[in-house]
Amino acid sequence: MAKLSFNINQEQFEAEVKSGTSLLWVLREHLGLTGTKYGCGIAQCGACTIHIDNRPMRACILRAEDYANGQQITTIEGLSGSGEHPLQKAWIEAQAPQCGYCQSGQIMQAAALLDQNPSPTREEIRAHMSPILCRCGTYLRIEKAIRIASENGTPLQQ
Amino acid sequence: METNTYTASRRNFLKATGGFTLYIGVSGILPGLISCEDPKKLEAALKKEPLTAWVKLSSDGEMVIFNPAAEMGQGSMTALPAIFAEEMDADWSKVHVEFSPQVTEVYGSPGWAPGSKLMFTVGSRTTNSYFDVMRRAGAEARYILLYSASKTWGVPMGELTTEPGYVVHPESDRRLGYGEIASGLQIPETLPENIPLKKSSEYRLVGQDLQRTELPEKVNGRAQFAIDIRLPDMVYGVLERGDLHGAAPELQNEAEILGMDGVLKIIRLDYAIGLIATSLEGALEAKKNLRISWGTSAASGFDSGTAYREYEKIAAGNARGEVIVESGDVDKAFNSAARRITADFKNDYIYHAQMEPLNAVVQVAADGGSAEVWVGSQQGPDSKLGVPELLGIPPENVTINLQYLGGGFGRRSMNDFVSECVLLAQEVAPKPVKLIWTREDDVRYGAFRPMSLQRVTAGVDSGGKLTGFAHCVVGDGGNLVASGIRNDHYRIPNQLAEWREARHGIRLKHWRSVGHGPNKFAIEHMLDLVATDLKKDPVALRRELMADAPRALATLDKVAEMADWDTPAPEGRARGVAFVEHGSLGSGICEISLDRDTGKITVHHFWCAVDPGIAVQPDNIKAQIEGGIIMGMSSVLSEQITIRDGRVQQSNYSDYRLLRMQDAPESIETVILGSDQHPEGVGETGTPLVAGAIANAFLKLTGKSLRHLPFTPERVLEVLNA
Repeated sequence: MAKLSFNINQEQFEAEVKSGTSLLWVLREHLGLTGTKYGCGIAQCGACTIHIDNRPMRACILRAEDYANGQQITTIEGLSGSGEHPLQKAWIEAQAPQCGYCQSGQIMQAAALLDQNPSPTREEIRAHMSPILCRCGTYLRIEKAIRIASENGTPLQQ
Repeated sequence: METNTYTASRRNFLKATGGFTLYIGVSGILPGLISCEDPKKLEAALKKEPLTAWVKLSSDGEMVIFNPAAEMGQGSMTALPAIFAEEMDADWSKVHVEFSPQVTEVYGSPGWAPGSKLMFTVGSRTTNSYFDVMRRAGAEARYILLYSASKTWGVPMGELTTEPGYVVHPESDRRLGYGEIASGLQIPETLPENIPLKKSSEYRLVGQDLQRTELPEKVNGRAQFAIDIRLPDMVYGVLERGDLHGAAPELQNEAEILGMDGVLKIIRLDYAIGLIATSLEGALEAKKNLRISWGTSAASGFDSGTAYREYEKIAAGNARGEVIVESGDVDKAFNSAARRITADFKNDYIYHAQMEPLNAVVQVAADGGSAEVWVGSQQGPDSKLGVPELLGIPPENVTINLQYLGGGFGRRSMNDFVSECVLLAQEVAPKPVKLIWTREDDVRYGAFRPMSLQRVTAGVDSGGKLTGFAHCVVGDGGNLVASGIRNDHYRIPNQLAEWREARHGIRLKHWRSVGHGPNKFAIEHMLDLVATDLKKDPVALRRELMADAPRALATLDKVAEMADWDTPAPEGRARGVAFVEHGSLGSGICEISLDRDTGKITVHHFWCAVDPGIAVQPDNIKAQIEGGIIMGMSSVLSEQITIRDGRVQQSNYSDYRLLRMQDAPESIETVILGSDQHPEGVGETGTPLVAGAIANAFLKLTGKSLRHLPFTPERVLEVLNA
């Protein structure tokens, strides 16, 4: 057991966890940041996508202790707590989610795309978003939402 | 640990509004009305008749409407309250939605079987089965408000009308807001039996696109699924169930496991070893270290790849199975037929792959006399999900807190995961237990859509008319393989449809559209084989067959127009058509191309025309068709569970591959052919269109016939090069 300190959504969080514990379990079960979801545990579905220093990563395969050294971790709760991020608004405009379980991961993955490439082509959107699975089949509305957000402009990450 | 859940939404609402709350309840037998300024008196009244409310109306006009159905993405959280609000003439901007309590007597729908009530979100029947329930309840709420206003003003009820959120007396130009009425509510002794309902031409919410009520919290991470529940003193449960369904475990290293950090208990089930630990990571670590020797089961020795040989023998045998449809005389029709075509269609096992792995949270009281459950369930024949029987306690002592479902698709209408969690929680009462299935558990111990074989024979007379159609489905699970075998919208005078049983001991379950997927594939592809044989256009052939089914024909005509069917597809592409009835009627056309080197099929476009009757939420219907088609494409092009010696060979998304965004079609276009008929479900209409449409497009493109789902690149190449 080690006491670890994390920089998440620009706040300090502490958790006492065993070495090797995945960052996903720390976020969800230790810290209560449950917007980041568990789907597969092997970085195949992307439901647990978060940003580490502005890059999209799959929390389920990260060892918590490797990300407790001041790295900036951003989860869906920190993207815009009020739901006012252009992607979140566009997601609603496109009525994208169905069950909603994968959507935190989808939005975090999309935010990383627009951060790097504010006007992606359809092919770029599809290639970038393909790591994130959606079983309800909302892909076309996700694509539409990203286009809407791209057209409306997206703010730089915090 | 802080808790991010709450159970007493009523108390919260009282606190939130701080003042007056009106409950208008409709028990189905007698209206239960509670109107009270004093929260204490209200609570007392609620205790007396605690669960008869459909709507909570506060003095500022804000209201909460209860949704009695599971929300798994299909939009029940919006469609059902909208139907209620329509008849109540509520101001939609003041409507909030919460799940109703799980009490069948109050919130059940009689739409399943007359005389009974169920809370069961299955078969795409949420809107279908609750349409009348919600209309009547909403109309009764409106009646009470009208009654009260008439007493306040001293005018006959007949002179009053409503506008959204107001009762209006046009003669004197007076208006009273619903909230104001609630503040001095006068309650009728009885409610008339037949309160008039709106005509569909008067609808202002039903038929309009309302934003889905729960989406704001589904984009900011706050939507709560059962897996997100955290309670004080909560512990974690996992089970090792193996990959051989029903095999009995024998644990080899109990002492070692019990010695592991944080492990509290080992619990033995017939088919699994359960573990409870203080942390999830601790529970998973212990699970990994379990050494179990497994016994055999009914599935031992079973091999899904070679089983089709047995299925072919069963199909060829003389023993008739369970006859589902028999009209005319197929044998006679075949004997006199000028042409006769027979084909076998095969369908491998597939898995639900809902994104939220199965899980539940259960807390059993220290004395064992009551329990509370947090779960994403499609509910069940018993709204308390079997928990009272497991614990030997009365149903009223079990509280089910329904959460959003991270996908259902039929898997969450089997509550095995709830039972497991109850058994674990009982062992550590009163500590709450969160049971999580890992993805590997979810795949290996899945409950699959059964493998099946369809032997279909079509007979055509000398005039080119389809006169006989025989369809024999072989597989395990009765209706799980037989649903969708009927051809009620095609005029074929002689038909025989039967199910022949095969049993393997593999866990099975309804999977979105159930047997419709495989059976519509067989039927629709057979029709194109017939059309090709007759050198007839596939749409033209179906038009003839739909002569007695104008609503079905309208969907076919519409989709042909949408896809520009009469204009050839671009070079290197082909289009294929299919028709499905599953609740709603739908016709679909896809446009595909093929990489002849790799065998990869690309679906470029999908068009769908659907007739759902009254379209309660049109854009949501489109979303369901889009999702249904994409899930259909995923299953048709790549999904496959294989069993060897009874053991499930797949374990995660790495070897059970779902369709990803890069393989989604460029467009899915849906047109709704609305009518004023009772609304039908749309969740399972899109999915079973896909296999037939793709196989038919492939036939057109290559002259070859794909008959074994999924159409993996390897299988496509095999057919192409045969």
